[in-house]
Order: sequence, then C-alpha cells, then structure tokens
Amino acid sequence: MLLIYCPYCEEERSELEFRHGGDAHIARPANIADITDEEFQDYFFLRDNPKGLIFERWRHIHGCGRFFNAARDTVSDKFVMSYKAGEPKPNLSGEPTATEKTVETYEAVEGIAK
Amino acid sequence: MSGANRIAGQGRLTPARTARFTFDGKTFDALEGDTVASALLANGVHLVGRSFKYHRPRGILSAGPEEPNALVDVSRDAARRQPNVRAPVQEVFDGMKVESQNRWPSLAFDVGGVNNLLSPFFAAGFYYKTFMWPKAAWEKVYEPFIRRAAGLGVAPTEEDPDHYANRYAYCDVLIAGAGVAGLSAALAAAEAGARVILCDEQPEVGGALHYDTSVKIDGQNGYDWAQATAARLEAMENVTVLTRTTAFGYYNHNFVGLVERVTDHLTRPDRKLPRERLWQVRAKRVILATGSIERHMVFANNDRPGIMLASAARTYLNHFGVAVGRKVGVYTANDSAYEAAFDLKRAGVTIAAIVDNRDKPGEAVLAEARKLGIEVLTGHSVVDTKGKLRVSSMSVARNGGGSARAIPVDALLMSAGWTPSVHLFSQSRGKVAYDAASGRFLPGTYAQDCLSVGSCNGTDALQATIEESLAAGELMARATGNEGGGKVELSGENAFDWTGGMAGSGEGAGVDTTVKAFVDFQNDVCAKDIRLAVREGMHSIEHIKRFTTNGMATDQGKLSNIHGLAIASEVLNREIPKIGLTTFRAPYTPVTFGALISHSRGDLFDPARKTPMHAWEEAHGAVFEDVGNWKRAWYYPRAGETMHDAVNRECRTVRNTAGLFDASTLGKIEVVGPDAGTFMNLMYTNAWDTLKPGRCRYGIMLREDGFVYDDGVVGRLAEDRFHVTTTTGGAPRVMHHMEDYLQTEFPHLKVWLTSTTEQWAVIAVQGPKAREILEPLVEGIDISNEAFPHMSVREGKICGVPTRLFRMSFTGEAGYEVNVPADYGEAVWEAIWARAEPLGACAYGTETMHVLRAEKGYIIVGQDTDGTVTPHDASLSWAVSKKKTDFVGIRGLKRPDLVKEGRKQLVGLLTKDPKVVLEEGAQIVADPNEPKPMKMLGHVTSSYWSENCGRSIAMALVAGGQSRMGQTLYVPMPDRTIAVEVSDMVFIDKEGGRLNG
Ligand SMILES: [Zn+2]
Repeated sequence: MLLIYCPYCEEERSELEFRHGGDAHIARPANIADITDEEFQDYFFLRDNPKGLIFERWRHIHGCGRFFNAARDTVSDKFVMSYKAGEPKPNLSGEPTATEKTVETYEAVEGIAK
Repeated sequence: MSGANRIAGQGRLTPARTARFTFDGKTFDALEGDTVASALLANGVHLVGRSFKYHRPRGILSAGPEEPNALVDVSRDAARRQPNVRAPVQEVFDGMKVESQNRWPSLAFDVGGVNNLLSPFFAAGFYYKTFMWPKAAWEKVYEPFIRRAAGLGVAPTEEDPDHYANRYAYCDVLIAGAGVAGLSAALAAAEAGARVILCDEQPEVGGALHYDTSVKIDGQNGYDWAQATAARLEAMENVTVLTRTTAFGYYNHNFVGLVERVTDHLTRPDRKLPRERLWQVRAKRVILATGSIERHMVFANNDRPGIMLASAARTYLNHFGVAVGRKVGVYTANDSAYEAAFDLKRAGVTIAAIVDNRDKPGEAVLAEARKLGIEVLTGHSVVDTKGKLRVSSMSVARNGGGSARAIPVDALLMSAGWTPSVHLFSQSRGKVAYDAASGRFLPGTYAQDCLSVGSCNGTDALQATIEESLAAGELMARATGNEGGGKVELSGENAFDWTGGMAGSGEGAGVDTTVKAFVDFQNDVCAKDIRLAVREGMHSIEHIKRFTTNGMATDQGKLSNIHGLAIASEVLNREIPKIGLTTFRAPYTPVTFGALISHSRGDLFDPARKTPMHAWEEAHGAVFEDVGNWKRAWYYPRAGETMHDAVNRECRTVRNTAGLFDASTLGKIEVVGPDAGTFMNLMYTNAWDTLKPGRCRYGIMLREDGFVYDDGVVGRLAEDRFHVTTTTGGAPRVMHHMEDYLQTEFPHLKVWLTSTTEQWAVIAVQGPKAREILEPLVEGIDISNEAFPHMSVREGKICGVPTRLFRMSFTGEAGYEVNVPADYGEAVWEAIWARAEPLGACAYGTETMHVLRAEKGYIIVGQDTDGTVTPHDASLSWAVSKKKTDFVGIRGLKRPDLVKEGRKQLVGLLTKDPKVVLEEGAQIVADPNEPKPMKMLGHVTSSYWSENCGRSIAMALVAGGQSRMGQTLYVPMPDRTIAVEVSDMVFIDKEGGRLNG
C-alpha cells in the first residue's frame, strides 16, 4: 500500500484515502468543440504508459478532497514528488528513470529464455 | 514420561505439565510447549503424511515453517478445523485432534501409493501433456481424478465460529525475526529511543538459539540471554514484542503485514480473544533478521520418514528433549550437522556414522568427532536408503563410484548448508545478488528503507552478526530522529564456526540417473524432473518452476530453490545467476482468510444504507432489494399477494388514485456560487441560463467521449443555487466527476459543491390525488396547478418542517417530490400517509416505479444505457443544447462513429402476443431463420408486464431503431422465437396531459 504525500494536507497518508486520476498535464482544449478528430484522439484516448517516470493525478478523496499531481516511478512505485494542481510540470530530467537494476527478475531472465 | 523418546534432563519443557491429543484416532501424551511434530517424535511416530503426487510415505523434515511433508488436519471441535497445518509449527493443546491427510484408507496402507509405481506417467509437465485432449474430458474425468489423487487437505465446510482482529500500527523500526540478530538490533534501536516493533514467528524469541546450545552471550547461555533480552525489551515503553507473529508480506513504502496467532496454542481460549490478529505496520525503517533455512541433501530416496534436517534433530533434542532416533546417521556437506551428532551422542544416542561428501571438513569439528568416538566418512556419500514406513538403513559409498555399504539407522540427518531467507527482502522489490564464493543469493540492491542483518544477510560468525545488528539498530533509530541512549555492546562466543555447503544433486542422483532424489518434497519434484524440463526447452527458472511445480505452493523456494537452480545450471552449463532466481511472493507462510478479512464478513462485509423511512417500510411489509449499498423497498405485498399481484395493484393505484414512494436514495448535490449557472452549462448538455429560479429541468450529463454518464432533475432555487439530483448508484461518481472539472479544468469558476444525498429524505407523492393529499400539509407554498405547474420547485414548510417541494414526475402522473431534512423524513412520511391511506392511495416500491416509468418511456441510466449510448441514441436530442459552444461531451458527440447511420437506438418493443413478457438482455434479430451465427441487432433493456396497458411493454437498443418503427423483429429464445413490433417508447398518455392534472 502506497504512502502518498498530499500537498494540500502537507502530510503523507495511506493510499486508502486516495483515488488515482490518470495522467497529469493533459489540458482540456479551450476550443474543444472545434478540434479535429486526431486532436480529440490525442487528448482523450492516447496515453503513453511509460516504464519509469510518470506524471499522474491523484485525488485525496477521503481526506481534503483535492486533486493534485505527482511524479512516480512506475517500476519502483516511488514518488519523486507531489505538487498542487495547476502548478507547472516539474523538470525531473535529472532523475533516474527505470534502469536494469530496477527491472523485475522475471523480465531479466525472459530475454535469456527467448 | 510423555513419549518413549523423551530424554530425561534434555530440553526446556516442564515434565509435569502434560497435554493429551489424538493422531488418526490414537491418543498420545505431550508436554505443554510441544509442537505436534515434537510430540509425535517423542512417541516414536515418524510417518505423518503421504506425498502430494506419488503418495509416498513422508515424515517430519524440519522443525520450522519450511516443513513440506508433515501437513496435518488440526481440529478443536467440529467447526474449528484447519487442514494443511505444518506439524512443527502447531503447538499442542489438551484435547486437540490431529489427522493425517492425503491417504486412504489409512496412513500405513494407502491405495494412492500406486501412483508411486505409475510414476513414469507422472513426470514433470504431465498435467500439460497427458490431459490435453479432448477438452470435454477435463471437467468430467481429468480434473476430478487429479483432485482426488493429488489433493492435499480437505477444506472445512462449517462456518468459522472464531473472530479475528485487525490493527494498524506505526513505528520507527520494525524488526522481523528475534534471533540473535533481531534481538541485538532491537536492543540498539530501542536504547536509542526508537519506537520498535519486534516480531518472531515462534512462540519464544531466540531463533537458532533454540537448538544451538553452544552459544554464550555476555557469558550467559544464549537461549536464556534471548528470553532475558525480550523481557527487558517488553518492559520498555517504546517497544512492542510480538511472538507467534509472522511477517508474511512486505509491500510498498515499508508497509508490512504481520499475522499474530493469538489462541491456536491455548487449551481453553477466552472466546473474547480473536483467534488471530492482523497487524498492518507502516514502519519508517525495517530491519530484516529472518535468518536462514537449512537445505536437505538431494540423493536417492531422501524422503523416507526418519530422514530430516540436522538442525531439526538438534531442535527436537535441545528444546523439546526428544531423540529422533536411537541409531542415527548423518549425511552432510557442511560442518553444522556435526554439532547435531555431538549433541545426540552426548545425550546417549548412537551415531552410526557421519558421512561427509567433502574430502576436507572443518578441522575443529573433525577433532571433536574423534574425541567423541564418532566415525566420520569423508569423501563419501549416502547414495540410497531403505525402509518402508521409516528409514532402516543408509547405503554409503565412496565418491566417484565405490561399492555401497548399507548401514542400519533409524534416523538420518542431513545438511547441504544454509539458504539465507531473503523472502521479505525480495518481496520489498530488493534485488538479490549471487555470491559465488558462498554459492548463495544475498540482498543486493535495496528498493526500500530497510537493512538485512545476520544470516539472512550472509553474515555467518556470531560476533559479526551481533555487531552488524547493533549497528543497524542504532543507525535506523538515528535515521528516524532518535537521539537517546549510548552504545549497546554485546559479546558472543560459540563452539564452532561452520564451513561448507553444496547445492544440487549429490552422488548417485546426477545427470543420467533416474532415481527419486527429491528437490521439492511438497510438490514431489525430483532432480530428474528438473533435467527433463530443461531437455524440453525450459531454460529460464521461471519456466522450469511452472513446468515442474518446483518451489510452488507453501514452499515458495524455502527448501527447493537453490537445489533446483544448481541442477538446472549443471545441465544448461550456465552459471546460477544467469538462470535467475524466481520472484518470492507474499505470503511467506500461509495466512488464513479469517485473518485477512477480519470483521468484514456477514453483516459487516459491506455497509447497508437505509433511508429515514426504512423502519416504516419494514413495518408495512415491504420486501427490500439491494441497490448498491442501499436497501430499497421493492414492493409491498398484502396478505396472499404474489409479487406480481402486488406490483399490478400498486401500478393501478398510482395511476387511478395516488402512491407514496421513498426516493431518498437519489443522489443529491448542491451546486452553489456566482458561477453556478456557468458550471452547470459546462457539466450538462442542457442550457441552464434559461432556467428561472423556481423551475426544474431534466438534465443529461455526458462524459467527454459523448456517452451518457448520468441524468436527473435539477431545480434552480436561486440564481446562484441548484439542487441537482443524480441516479441512486451514480451519486459518488457524479460528485467526483464534477469536482474533477471544477478543480482541474474550470478552477476559475466560483462554485462550491456539496453532497447532500443523506441530508434530505425524499417522499414522492404521485397520482391524480397527489395534490389533494399534500395540500393541507404544506405551508407557505401555493401548490395549485397554476401557481406551481409541472417542473417547479419551491421552498416552504410541510408539517411544520422546512421543505424543498418539487413538482415533478417519474411516473407520468401529476406528482410531487417532498424533500425534508432527513431526521424529519419518517414523521413527514407518516403524516402524508395518514392523509393518503384514507383516500385509497398506496405505498409503492421500486418495481412499480420501474414499470410506471417504462410505461412513459423514461430511461434509467445504466439499465437502458450502457456507456455506449448518446443522448441522440436515447431519443433525448431535445435535451442537448444546440446553442452552447462548450459542455463536457460536445466534441465527443461529433465523433464519426457517434454520428454514423445505423447506431443502436432506444425504441419500444411490443410483443405480437401481448401476454408474452420478453426477457431483459434477450437478443434481437431481423430474420429468425437466418443460419447461425445470426446478426444481432441489439437487445432488450427493460421489459415488464404493464397492468395499466393490459399487455407487456419493453424497451430495447436496436441498430437503426428509430427508422424501424412498425417493423417486425424477432427475439430468439431457447424454446421459441418471439415476434415483436418496433414502436416508440411512450406506452401511456402519449400527449402527456396527465402530468398537468
Ligand atoms: Zn489532502
């Protein structure tokens, strides 16, 4: 069970109090009625599902009720940081992303098996 | 004396305190503190079970939770029975009943033993190969056969009468394992002031000190030091010591699951106590002091009862005072087994010989063996054993193929060395690293804030373990901000440091042999099975594991892992780390469902939500249905009425007179603020700026993709205040959806959202006499038709309490929905009922509500829609504003597939035979004679007998439905095909005049 820092409550709380809200920093187009099918597809349907760093939304639904954003490593499940909604996407290019070290054993041997 | 093999003066149990238990119906004496295993061994019982696949006789291999063979069924009474209990773990209590498993008709004579003779057919992967064809045989032949033949215990059938507890706990340092390492770490952390939880799976702390009597710490006998240290820790306010408590799972962010066995060892447990307690611990730091597990030797017929781990025999002697045999052989690749021989010899047991497959064992143990007069055969191996239900001899040969000599023994101890218990470390997502020098996997890269100490970390020497553990304890305490205390110092001494160890198959069980040399006792996997798996193309250990089942079930690699790897490594000619290590999964040892679910069963499994009028409904004979967590009155049968009768009567009464309906479960959200209108415009398809205060409108909410998400009537109470209703099931997600947009997409809007579902009781009064019923009760609101027409809302009073009174209808009749504060709900309902009943009105339930709304073609989101239906598909285009430039779903609605011809659309269906009621969910086709697979046009979404129409009515999603009006379609059913005509969805009062009555 994850331990998540709510930037509004300024406290780490158990995952039980939160709800995941999908990818962060996907702004609803201001002219949404006029965008093309391709633009709508990119906005609404397509997501990257990265191995490593992901920016995602969480809601402290059983706490303060606020939505916020967090950067998490999808391999280690470690949170790099969480920050309030509306704040710019932090530049975390210096952060290590998934490496061989953090890859599951099974996957490591899968290559050999093939 | 409790058992002929109990040796006076040995062990730590008190001879005067006895307990009685039965094993397969026979009564045995035990001592308090015995395990089932130690008590059976004390009574000379080695045969305790039959193996999983071959039904081979099996004994007690270990003295701990790694036990693969001695799984028994333990019961306290008829309802308190548990299968697959590990005999070395279960403590004996007086009156306990123990049964062996997986045998028929008896343990000594088991028919399933024929599997052993047929074993060529049960080779690795046989499940996959033998039972592949035909498919149908799986259910009827293969599976029942396999289950009978290969079953372990039998699950209990009675409800578990015990209760279980659950506790959340927080600490600075959690320490798993209370041997020398764990105790030292705990002492250092606790003295520094850290909040410490120390847990150990055994009844007492001490770990290896249970058997290793040569250890002295600070001059004190090791086991006594451990107990004194635990007492010292328990006396500290910042320390919790939990024995009989297994750390079974290490999850994200230092969240560790512990299970504490509270009463399983007690003769007469206080029934107020939980049987087990689940601890969910969030630790700032974790110290793993989980020790190591001795490996067996892999040689032919290494599984006979009486063959066991050397450390287990030492535990039975030194802790329980039990000699596991009278003439004991030892087969080892490691010095540690010598100490078992020394202890037994000193206790008066004959040691037949120590067979050491090494040429050069440790000098110190050799010298001691010589001193004690024990024969040591170095460079020799045990290549086979004899004995039907217990080992009777070992065949010993010089390595490299000398002739074998049979040496009679009644027990055979073995040790191939020690495997560090890295299970919890691995569960924490730490990466193990292979240490080639010692041939074992050790903690490598840490993924969480934890440290491993002692033998689970590969630290062998006693003093090194103590120092490493003290340092880790202090470090973790300091890291969590504790500044107390000084340095703790301890000094330990022991008789021998152990060297040696091997992995893989021994002499006589190597490549090209077909002997049964067991690697995994529990799953009956032999060395040859692993080689077969490799030959058949399984080159990754994960594949080998699944093909052979090596290390599956409760073993989880405790005993079998390293041997399996070494054997595969040999045939693949690739180093062990290149083959990989299987991932260790939680739980470390089996955890009962009871502990995991705790109180969440029966009435407490899921909360029941009841409306303020629930008691009245109950008293008036309502039958309830579950709608989400809500208990809703379904119908109110009178004496002698079937459900059908009751619903027909309720339907008639509402349309002819009036009815009362409890609509309190409707979701309610108060939308308030200067920008409330703008926000509503964005969240719903309708135009809200044109809605005047005091008026209501039916609103549709879409998702961004254009599909209907929810609906409900919205009343505007003031320019800046909306009373929004949602579907009963949709309330939380609609609130979440609104909050999402408000907080993240439209944060500039000044709007506040409040869930008010449970703040209002809602009484729907529907039917021609609705106004007559309500009028005298209402104060301050003119409810005449002119002043208060359909789709109006006013605030005022009813029966002296505040109300939001809605003029609205989900029945098609003139109707009202009376909202009053929840606490007044029952009283107001009773007051209305007192007026309604004499006028001939009835109370009606959800079934009648469904029929009445279907007669009018009002949809239910989630029943007539399924997440792929647009407002246009549901004939609700009128509710989608054409003037607005933005609302959630505006772009989705224009997607090519959503505007395409031929989409499934909601229509009415009238069966040609009016008496036939369609089945909801039934498929619809155009041509009943079309060959299969037929083209499905859609399905029936709602279907009822309508007493008011005198016929059946239905709604359906049908491809191109709105252009099929009047067409005949067909609903094929298993026994017949039903012809239907497509119609519009309004079956009664098509003009809607009754609404204004
Ligand atoms: Zn919060």
